[in-house]
Amino acid sequence: MLKDITLGQYFPGDTLVHRLDPRTKLVMTILYIVVLFLAKGPISYLAVFLFLAISIGVSRIRLKTILSGLKPILILILITAILNLLYNRGETVLLRFWRITITLEGVFTALTMALRIVMLIAGTLLLTYTTSPLQLTDGLEQLLNPLKKIHVPVHELSMMMSIALRFIPTLIEETDKIMNAQKARGAEFDTGNLIQKAKAMLPLLVPLFISAFRRADELATAMESRCYHGGEGRTKLKVLTMERRDWITLIVGLLMLALVIALRRLGL
Amino acid sequence: MAPLLEIRKLTHIYSQGTPFEHVALKDVDFVAEKGEFIGIIGHTGSGKSTFVQHLNALLKPTSGTVLLDGEAVFSSPQRIRQVRSRVGLVFQYPEYQLFEETVRADIAYGPKNMKLDKEEIEQRVLEAADFVGLDPELLDKSPFDLSGGQKRRAAIAGVIAMRPDILVLDEPTAGLDPRGREEIIANIRRYHARVNGTVIYITHSMEDIARFASRLAVFCEGRIVMDGVPGEIFRHVEELERIGLTVPGITKVMALLRARGLPVPEGIYTIHQAMDALLGLKGGGENA
Repeated sequence: MLKDITLGQYFPGDTLVHRLDPRTKLVMTILYIVVLFLAKGPISYLAVFLFLAISIGVSRIRLKTILSGLKPILILILITAILNLLYNRGETVLLRFWRITITLEGVFTALTMALRIVMLIAGTLLLTYTTSPLQLTDGLEQLLNPLKKIHVPVHELSMMMSIALRFIPTLIEETDKIMNAQKARGAEFDTGNLIQKAKAMLPLLVPLFISAFRRADELATAMESRCYHGGEGRTKLKVLTMERRDWITLIVGLLMLALVIALRRLGL
Repeated sequence: MAPLLEIRKLTHIYSQGTPFEHVALKDVDFVAEKGEFIGIIGHTGSGKSTFVQHLNALLKPTSGTVLLDGEAVFSSPQRIRQVRSRVGLVFQYPEYQLFEETVRADIAYGPKNMKLDKEEIEQRVLEAADFVGLDPELLDKSPFDLSGGQKRRAAIAGVIAMRPDILVLDEPTAGLDPRGREEIIANIRRYHARVNGTVIYITHSMEDIARFASRLAVFCEGRIVMDGVPGEIFRHVEELERIGLTVPGITKVMALLRARGLPVPEGIYTIHQAMDALLGLKGGGENA
């Protein structure tokens, strides 16, 4: 059950999207988000949508996987859509009852807002689905490298991030294990009122914390015994290189940005 | 009468319908009767841990049924609760589940969840601590102040205190030193003899289990490939080695002797059996 959480999960593959340099993918994701928020008219949305659809198609990530990743934010989308529907003051009134007025413009904004969130999440999901956490932090570290000049501890931050990401599945597994062990002793985690539920968490949280501390301690020792001393002079096993495909992808991204800005000027 | 525990055509598939789909168990049939001491052996990933989590309704079968006293374990929440106290499951490294302030309170956690009264709980705690050989003085200590072996015993006591009809132990001696291992095994054997309950003991060490199991079930790639008394199982030295299990040293020695032409019987797994066989051989030689 806990294992089924898909947020941020990596699906190994060997497609063009998988092979792209993580830096390219990060920059493309940022470009994509900018473009998505610049888009105004239906044609721009269609263009961005096509771009997303093609990327998902190339990555061979199944639509079902993307949709299941969207499930947790369904409520957020619905609330946004409903609020926009109710509070948008437009000209063309479609429906009026009690103190609620629904306008054509309201329907349109509600739909575009919902679509925007869906596309935003779908696009970023594509990044985490096709990039392993290690590649991702590696890429991020490289991209942020210039910040070292103003004494931002880029390497340390990215190391912390990769360790955190690395341990999410481990901790989930551990939680699952401890839950099962306590269930075997008659624990019930999903019955009773709020206070009973909170109390029932104690036999889960105490062992989990202890094991997290133990793991942190062991990891620190293991890193030190292999002479880890921060990022200074550290070399990479896999050096990131920008290939032709990366530059082409980035150019496509920039063209996309130009196109949407142009469409925005034209009011499309 | 229905057997104590019966498993029919049990199949379990993890993450069905995703790229991570994995068939852990396939059409497993298994029966356990009262008083048996069953060893379950298998390589890492052979499905033995998945299997035992079905015995107390922690995992729901993808298909197939698990019956306790002829009744399905999954019929209702009340039934599941009942099953969990009747089939006591001790996980691998059970000391990681300790959480209470005192050992006493931790052992009492299971019985308390069964809603027993205070005196009953106290009595069961003392009894369980005795079964695992835990000094009563330790009961008021924090479980985190105990040694590794003592922690392990306290955790096992926490399951025994529920007085299960079937005690299932998943690698109870993993990570202990030889002495700690011997002591835990001795305690479990004593427990089995005294309460005449059913014990299911998972391990990948043939050496240990061969000495005291009344029956062995061998798991390989999600199936039970052999099921029988140890003497029968250890006739198949080559087959066991092929699926990656090491047979007891003495069994191996006897197999090698036989290969050299010495007419010793198959299926020997204790030093005593081997001694008897060899002495018999010698005696036979003198008579001739």
